[in-house]
Amino acid sequence: MTERAFGQNAYNDVFDEVNGMSEQGTMGVKSGLAEMLKGGVIMDVVNAEQAKIAEDAGACAVMALERVPADIRADGGVARMSDPDMIIGIQEAVSIPVMAKARIGHFVEAQILQSLEVDYIDESEVLTPADEAHHIDKTKFTIPFVCGATNLGEALRRIGEGAAMIRSKGEAGTGDVVEAVRHIRGILGEIKRLHGMDPDEVFARAKELQAPLDLVQFCAREGRLPVVLFTAGGVATPADCALMMQLGADGVFVGSGIFKSGDPAKRARACVEATTHFRDPAKLAEVSKNLGEAMVGRSAKSIPEDELFAGRGW
Amino acid sequence: MLALQGAFREHVQALERLGATAIEVRTPAELAGLDGLMLPGGESTTMDLLLDSSGLREPITAVVADGLPVFGTCAGLILLATDLEDGTRGQRTLRALDVTALRNGYGRQVASFEAAVELAGDDTPMVGIFIRAPRITRVGEGVEVLASVGDEPVAVRSGSIMAATFHPELARDDRLHACFLERVTTHS
Repeated sequence: MTERAFGQNAYNDVFDEVNGMSEQGTMGVKSGLAEMLKGGVIMDVVNAEQAKIAEDAGACAVMALERVPADIRADGGVARMSDPDMIIGIQEAVSIPVMAKARIGHFVEAQILQSLEVDYIDESEVLTPADEAHHIDKTKFTIPFVCGATNLGEALRRIGEGAAMIRSKGEAGTGDVVEAVRHIRGILGEIKRLHGMDPDEVFARAKELQAPLDLVQFCAREGRLPVVLFTAGGVATPADCALMMQLGADGVFVGSGIFKSGDPAKRARACVEATTHFRDPAKLAEVSKNLGEAMVGRSAKSIPEDELFAGRGW
Repeated sequence: MLALQGAFREHVQALERLGATAIEVRTPAELAGLDGLMLPGGESTTMDLLLDSSGLREPITAVVADGLPVFGTCAGLILLATDLEDGTRGQRTLRALDVTALRNGYGRQVASFEAAVELAGDDTPMVGIFIRAPRITRVGEGVEVLASVGDEPVAVRSGSIMAATFHPELARDDRLHACFLERVTTHS
């Protein structure tokens, strides 16, 4: 397992040399899986039956977790990594990638998930953080990581720690898309501003963003993140999916929105079609018909500050 | 460029680097007038479902049968294969390329790898990025092996159809895309 840096020249030139050997866990294969998920919907599932429904509806991956965020929010208490037996049951039920969540900073949960051979680990603010200072050193793992971010500095810090995919956090378990919109606009807006800057202004901006200089320079030069950017947290309808895609997300996580709704199979499929045909309003109208009840939801503004997930992580 | 799901943007960039014009295809109308078609990597089960819901399956089957040059990578190879081992229940392919493909043939993501790929008739190997890649377990008669890792075929061609189990578009090595465009030029 070799980790490769995202330095000034390294990322684009990473592939210039053929070393003649087969190598696993490279940044190329870690971020490469995220590239394959683009334009797709990743769905939260809590058992094998839901996983199968998600796969049959066209999900490009599933996130295995014990309780969807809406229930974590309702139940309170400490939310942890799922039971390995449940994760294995889901892996056996479907052929699409299976992701699972570890608590922020809980590298042993991540080690366990790696030994289960999940396809992606989500170091997630939806679970109760295990470390208030340190995120997991993701460069030590063969399995790729996806991490949440509310702004560009946070996204680049996670990539600096080895994350191979970023999802904007939104506010999970609410069914309210407003925070997802705020975060994706924040991240992409900052990249646009960087892209228009003179190179000599980028140094000071990197300091303000508290992000690794080489990654900030990458964004300024290329006008994009070095890894795939999905969106999450409050996306509940096909129209929400298409909104996030039009705003520039590479793909969508739908958590509580599907299995907390009246007709999960139909809504799941509608979200998949909406994410593909996100610029086609007639198609969006068609897939949005008769989906039954959406998750009840809760306005993100009505949630007390200390119960918000998005503020976890830094 | 089929653009239902997956890494189609990188293929579009590769084609544009080679001077071709690429358009994203999500509807039957967008299929009209193409000189060639690329099928990207992504989740083959997702694309399988979207081929039906978008109404693209029949028209794509028809243009491929008519000899339109096609190049598929990873999930794109699965969509082209005549036979699948271990396909998800009901998964249907276009049955255009006489090979048998085994989905996730090397295992889960932990087994995804980079390796040097030997190209037939070219001394310089290319970087192969294999992501939960399919394996070609049978090569039909008249199917030419274009690239291999050791003894294992990883890119093949039969008539106007090309397919690879790995991702030249991620490695930014455009030689296979150039080979595809040659066929497109001859055909059109």
